Parts: sequence; structure tokens; C-alpha cells
Amino acid sequence: MATPLIRRLHIDKSLFVPLVLLSIISLLVLYSASGNNLDSSIAQFFRLVVGFGIMFTVAQIRPETLYRWTPYIFGIGLTLLVIVLIMGVTGKGAQRWISLGIVNFQPSEIMKLGAPMMVAWFFSQRPLPPQLKQVAIAAAIILIPTALVAKQPDLGTALMIFSAGGFVLFLAGMGWRLIMTLVALAAASAPLVWTYYMHDYQRQRVLTLFDPGSDPLGTGYHTLQSMIAVGSGGVYGKGWLNGSQAHLNFLPESSTDFIFAVFAEEFGFLGILLIFTLYLFIVVRGIIIATYAQDTFTRLLAGSLTLTFFFYFFVNIGMVTGVLPVVGVPLPLISYGGSSLVTLMAAFGMLMSIHTHRRITQS
Amino acid sequence: MLNIPIKDHFRETRIFNSRLLITGVGVAILCLLLLSRLVYLQLISHQHYATLSQANRVRPEPIPPVRGLILDRNGVVLAQNYPVYTLEIIPEQTDNLDQVLTRLKRLITLSPKDLKTFNKNLKRRPRFESILLRTHLSDKEAARVAIELPYLYGVQIKARLQRHYPLGALGVHATGYVARIGENDMKRIDTAAYRGTQHIGKLGVEQSYESLLFGKVGIENNEVNARGRRLRTIERIPAQAGKNIYLNIDAKLQSVAERALGNRRGAVVALDPITGAVLTFASTPTYNPNPFVNGIDNKSFKALLENPDKPLINRALNGQYAPGSTIKPFLGLAGLESGTIEPESTVLCKGAYSLPGDKHRFRDWKRGGHGEVALLQAIAQSCDVFFYRLAVRMGINKIESLLLPFGFGKKTGIDLYGESLGLLATPAWKQARGEKWYPGETVMAGIGQGLVLTTPLQLASAVATLANGGVRMKPRLLSYLEDPSTHVLLDNVPTAISKKQVLNKEHLNLIIASMTEVVHGKLGTGRRISHNLNYRIAGKTGTSQVKSIAQTETYDRKNTPERLRDHALFIAFAPVEAPRIAVAVIVENGGHGSTTAAPIARQLMDSYLVSEDKS
Repeated sequence: MATPLIRRLHIDKSLFVPLVLLSIISLLVLYSASGNNLDSSIAQFFRLVVGFGIMFTVAQIRPETLYRWTPYIFGIGLTLLVIVLIMGVTGKGAQRWISLGIVNFQPSEIMKLGAPMMVAWFFSQRPLPPQLKQVAIAAAIILIPTALVAKQPDLGTALMIFSAGGFVLFLAGMGWRLIMTLVALAAASAPLVWTYYMHDYQRQRVLTLFDPGSDPLGTGYHTLQSMIAVGSGGVYGKGWLNGSQAHLNFLPESSTDFIFAVFAEEFGFLGILLIFTLYLFIVVRGIIIATYAQDTFTRLLAGSLTLTFFFYFFVNIGMVTGVLPVVGVPLPLISYGGSSLVTLMAAFGMLMSIHTHRRITQS
Repeated sequence: MLNIPIKDHFRETRIFNSRLLITGVGVAILCLLLLSRLVYLQLISHQHYATLSQANRVRPEPIPPVRGLILDRNGVVLAQNYPVYTLEIIPEQTDNLDQVLTRLKRLITLSPKDLKTFNKNLKRRPRFESILLRTHLSDKEAARVAIELPYLYGVQIKARLQRHYPLGALGVHATGYVARIGENDMKRIDTAAYRGTQHIGKLGVEQSYESLLFGKVGIENNEVNARGRRLRTIERIPAQAGKNIYLNIDAKLQSVAERALGNRRGAVVALDPITGAVLTFASTPTYNPNPFVNGIDNKSFKALLENPDKPLINRALNGQYAPGSTIKPFLGLAGLESGTIEPESTVLCKGAYSLPGDKHRFRDWKRGGHGEVALLQAIAQSCDVFFYRLAVRMGINKIESLLLPFGFGKKTGIDLYGESLGLLATPAWKQARGEKWYPGETVMAGIGQGLVLTTPLQLASAVATLANGGVRMKPRLLSYLEDPSTHVLLDNVPTAISKKQVLNKEHLNLIIASMTEVVHGKLGTGRRISHNLNYRIAGKTGTSQVKSIAQTETYDRKNTPERLRDHALFIAFAPVEAPRIAVAVIVENGGHGSTTAAPIARQLMDSYLVSEDKS
């Protein structure tokens, strides 16, 4: 009896179960990270409820509908970004939020989904692999919103939009020679970016990667304390609510960007294996959904959304364990925070929709 | 489902799957990378990090720097830090917390909200940490508690510094304010540098000189025990206080300007034409910045936002107005410099002007006209027909290129964020927007109407440039910096914006003479303010239309709704012989420049030139 109901609700069990498990872990770790304060766990609980609600809703929308909406979603997102930019100029100071009376929202969040959708939409109407001209158009679709968001300035989100669109380009079969050329160009321009475009503190963040002791109050301290937290966790961890690093305030931003360190300290390597399993399960499931998807649009979209999710995971844990510079990317599903959670759950809703509407699409 | 031109499905699927495979391998490699790092941290180096964690007894705590003061040119304090008394309790030091609280309730008022937050923090925070009970104790309250302190173990009165603007609303559009660091700021700033600080400059000088005012955060390395209790301070790197900033603003003059504007909407900008120093930067209505410091309540903020007079708008910086007749001296100079007219060329003004082959009559403000006028009379009496003709003869492109050196349509580069551009439109500008240029628009540009917009700051800068013989100085609010500990003064050197214009001295003198005639001449439009004047002013009145008036209508001030009435403008500098102050005044819907705007400029100049001379 359960299967037909779940199918009718367009829920993919293999995605749903690990998502729920990670949400529960999130609430437990948050309680500990916020100093045994129930408030933030309760707030996160309601955010998760809203997130899952959005996931259910999006899962009901047929991929064909998503396909038809794509240009509008992208267009609206772009318009809102431009409005935000203009408002930001006249209203002075970065204005990333648009007020809709009761709800405030960030148009850049729309673009996290809108940009990869638009590129997938574009490619679905062209023969693949894309020729240089199509790659150029797709690059414009990605770079325009990226630039608008970066100008706000919100570099973290800009990076996410850029990578989500980039994954679509890669999956669509963009030529290797072109990829290599771009990588070479990027590598060649890195010193220029370093000297001319990065702020002092951004350079500092990269430098502290090699010498964490050099910046006692800033990111070096963050990384060092975070590494101590992770390392002192050992195999079994110090136990829930017993992590001294987090509870004695050594660990900064323990509820948001560095929540993984709290988890690693309290649950040890075994806990980490569990979390890795859950995240990888989701990623593998996403990849499977992408291979089963039956048209260009849905499979490019499913592939890109899944890889973006993994990208978040990788960047956050890389940052917490001291292999990547501190860039301020939250750990998806577990970090405290609302606006990006909604986008994330909408993305999972799309994945579910792509998979569960599959057979009907085939006809 | 999709309308696809030529798609090779097999090939596409093959490519997609191979790409997916590659990313799958990539995911696996990256995961292994992370896992091996975690194996290294948690398994191989576990002992090392466990020891570090055990020995993690030094907790660095930030010491926020003291924000620099903002003072006017005479040392009048515009922004300062004053101590706010807070009442804090260290729970473990109290004998009986409930008794302490009841005792305190008899001494000071404790709102239910105060108690609620206190109780919440009590549960959450270690018992050896001090927990905030109330802020903003009045002197009386602080004294009452202080007397009883010997009987109140664990209770502390602390003083925290808070930003305060002692002059309230005065000069808020120049000084700006600080407010709580918001989510938007967090993305922009180096959060490490702001640890321990709750406020950041949001507007005005507070914003543009944030990095100087802020200073540098200090660190206190405290040794703590295994339960986190602070044992002793091992090392202390003191914070570096921010620089004190002396502005060029003269608070007294600023208050003269704001009082003269009264409750009208308008702006006054006064510059020192030689240095570019901003002496007055007023925009009315003003508002009190103090409530913004700790977060203004929604209701007051909404009231400010919805106030039809829009007090939050910085009119001096962002108000864009048609310059009206105040453009005429610049246009006249352009006419002379370009050789379009000679100083003696006259025009017969019959009260209206028409383009050849067109019936439309561009009217002069004076019915019947001014008769035969040369440039001097045309400026002094503000003859419109003269300038209609001049504009048409010069052509809009030449007008634009000759007005640009005075800064029309360009940012002045004042040391504030968000300056408006103004506008000096050309056919090319319109064409870029897909519109056509009409000959009538050139005519209207002759009297500063139509597609010409200036901010009060730009106008002041333009008239200062005239006064300074054509050299445009960058308007500067900052006069000099002072290091609060060493008292070393760091000067701000005046800079010119553009290269010196090569202006014909005779032409310039004629323009200045005609502007002097505006105030001191028998027929000058600004002659009302020459009463009892013991120095000489060169000025120009202006009236800028808000509502367009049909060919058959006449403008009737009394019967026009206030918001549609003309804006009144006046630009001036004085003394004519050795200019020390240049002023632009705009009064929104103020009617005529000579009656509303000019007297304000006179008051300002009297205050600056006359009373200063006496002292």
C-alpha cells in the first residue's frame, strides 16, 4: 500500500530517507553547537518543515512544466537582480533583499536554480555536443547572473551559480580542448586576480592555509581551532554535548560554517563515516536519477543539481579540515540558516519530480 | 515533447553518460581526499590534537577599538562616544540570586523583557560569566545601585561606549551615522577585524571614512581552566583607537543654513572656492541619527520613510534639479569662449522667441521683454530670450563640451558615497536611449530646463569654479585627521579635479561683473539682498519649473498646488574681489529664487564673512 501512495506523492524514497536522517542530525548537532540552547534547534526545525514542504510542492510539478517555466524563472530572476542592483545604487549600500511585504527574499537564490535550468533548457533545443558558439551563449547565460550577484557583492553565491551552470556545460559535452584552454587561461590569470582583484583579507585567508598561526583572531585561528576540534574527536568522539572546543567557545561560528567540526569532535571518525555515507548516498542517487532521465533538459538539470550539492559539501568540509581557504560556505542541510535551505530543498523537489514523472513522460 | 532540430540521441546519451562517469570518478577522488585528511586528523594525529585540545587554555578575546571622533573645523564635536552604564551579574558570586534581583527591582526599573532575556542567558551561559541585566542606566539609577553595591555580591556596573551625535539632527546628511553591523555588511567586511564590535558606519562621513574612524582591534589572550573559567590574562595587545576626523564643515554655519531653510524642503551647499573645503552641507528636513545607532524601532522608521517631505533623502548629494537660470552665467561664458557672441553683442528681447519656421513661442519670464540687452544685462536681469538664441546658435554639443569643465553632469568626487550624477543630455545621449533630439530641447537648455539636471553640490562646485578663476577643486568634507594618542595631525591637501581651464580673463571678469550686477545692479534680479551689504556678492537667481505650462496658460503661483510650484535657486560667491565662500541654495517649491533662496545665501555669507571678521 505504501508504494502507490509514495508514488502518487512523487516522493523518491532513496532521496527522502537520507534527507530526513541528515535533518535529524542537524537538530542534534545544533543543540550542542548553540550551547544546549533549544531555540536554534526549534527555529531550524521549522525551517526544515518549510523546506520539506517546498520539496513536496516542487516534486508535484511535472518536468515539462518546469521546462516551460524555465525562461520565465530565469527572466524574472534576472529582472529582480537588476532591480536589486539599481535599488542598491540609489538606496546606497548593498541591497540584496527584496521585500514582498511579509516575506523578504534574495533574488540571487532564484538564480542558483534558474541559471542551470536555463542552460539546460538552451541545450535541450540544440544538437549536442555544443559547438563553440553555443558554449559562448551558455557562458553568457551563466556569467551575466554571476556578475550581477558578485557585484552585490555576494561572492559565495556567485561562485555557486557559476559552478551550477558550469556543471551543465560540462555534462552537455563541452569539448575537452576548450575546457583545457579555459583552465589554462584561469591558471594564467590567477596571479592577476591575486594582485588586483582580491582584498587583503581574502589573500590573508589563502595564506593562513599554509601558516595557520599567523592570524590569531581571524581565519587562521578559525582553521586551527577547527582542526583541533576534528582531530581531538578521534575514532569514537567525545560524545554528544561533550565537545570542549565548541562548548568553551574556542570554535567560532560553530552553528553555521563550522558545524561539521562540532560534529566531528563529538561523534568522531565513526560519525563522520555515517555522514559521508548519507551525503554520498544522496549524490549517487542524484547521479542515478540523471542517468535515468529521459530528455536532455532533465538529465542535464538533475546532473548539475546533484554535483552542485556535492560541491557545497566538499567546499565546506575542505574548509573545516584546513585543506581549502575559509570561504564561508555552509554545510548543506546541517548548518543553521534558512534562505539557502529553501533553494536546496526545491532542488531536491526537482530531482524527485524528474524521477517520479519519468514513466509518464515517456509516452 | 520538445521540438528539437537535429539531435543524435544515441550520441548525446553516450556523451552524457561518459561525462557523468567522469564526474562520478571526480566525486570519489574528492571524497577520498577529504576522508584521508580526516584519517590524518582523527586517527593518525589524534594524540597530537587531543593534547592540544586539553592544553587549549588560551582563549583570545577581542578588545574593540575606540571609534574616532568627528569634529567640525572649530573643534565642535559632531560624533562622540559616551559611556552607557550597564548592569551585569555574575551568578556564581551572588549569595542568593533571587534576593539580589528583588533588591535591584526596588532600586531600578526592570522590565519583564529585561528579566526574560536575563533568565534565558542564565540558563545558557556558564555561571562564572557576567550576564547582562539592563543597559542605559541613568546616572541616578547607576548611583543608587552603586551605593548598595557592597551588599550586592556579584553585581557589577560597567560602562560601555556608545556612539552619540550631540547636535542631533544638525548636519546629519554630512556626518551620517553608525548602526548595527548587518548581514550585508558581514559579506563586505573582514569579520575578524570587527570582532567585538557591533557597529559600523552606514552613511555620510561615518561611512566614507569608516576605515580611519574604526581603528584596529586588540587581543587579550586569557588563560582559562578546563571548564572555561578565565584565570589570568597572559598577553594583551591593546586596540588602536580610530583617528579623529576634523571636517571642513562649520557647525555654526551649518545651523544657520538649516535654520534658514526652516521646515521647507531644500538644500544648501557652501564651499571654499580656493580649497574645495565643504563649509556647509545642509539638506532639509533633517532627522535625528541617534535612534539609528541601536536600531530604530519600526514605527519611527516607517514614519520617516512615509513622511512626504522625505527627510531621509540627502538632497544636497542626491537631489537632482533643473538648474534654471543659474546656468546662464556658465552659458554666457561658453558663448564668449566659443566666439559665438561678443561681449557687446545685443539681442532685442520682445518677450518671446521662436525657432525659425516654427510657431511655438518660447516665452520670457518678463512679459513684453527686456528690450535691447547685451550679455551683462541679460545675466543681471535674467533675460530668457537672449539665452534661447545663444543656445540655438551654439548648438547643444558645443554647450555640453563647454559646460563639462564646470562639472555639469559629472560627479564632483566629494568624499561621500552614492553621489548622484546629474545630467547634461546631448543628442547622442538620447539616441542611446532610442529617442530623438528635438530642436526645442536645445532652446530649453538655454535656460537650464529640460534635460539638464544638477545636484546642489554640483551647482556649488560650478559657482566655486567660476570664483576660483576656472579651477575646479574637489569638494572635501575632511579637513584633517588626528591620531588620538599622539595628536599628530595629518593634513588633507586640496586637489584640483580638472586641469586648469584656459579662460579668457576678460570673459571671466565680464561674467563676474554681470553676476555682481544681479545683486548690486538697479535691475538685478537679486537686488533685494543687497540691502545693508558691506561686502560685494556675485550671484545668480534661478527658478526651475516643476509643472509645464501650456502655451495659452500663465503661471499663477497662488493657485498652483504647493508641490507643483517652481523650485527656487540661488548661486553666489563673495567677496567678489577675493572669494572666500561659494554657495548654492535650492528651496523645493519655493517659488522665485530672488525671494526665497537668495536671502538664505545672504544669511550664510553674513554669518561666515561678517561675524568672522569681527572676531
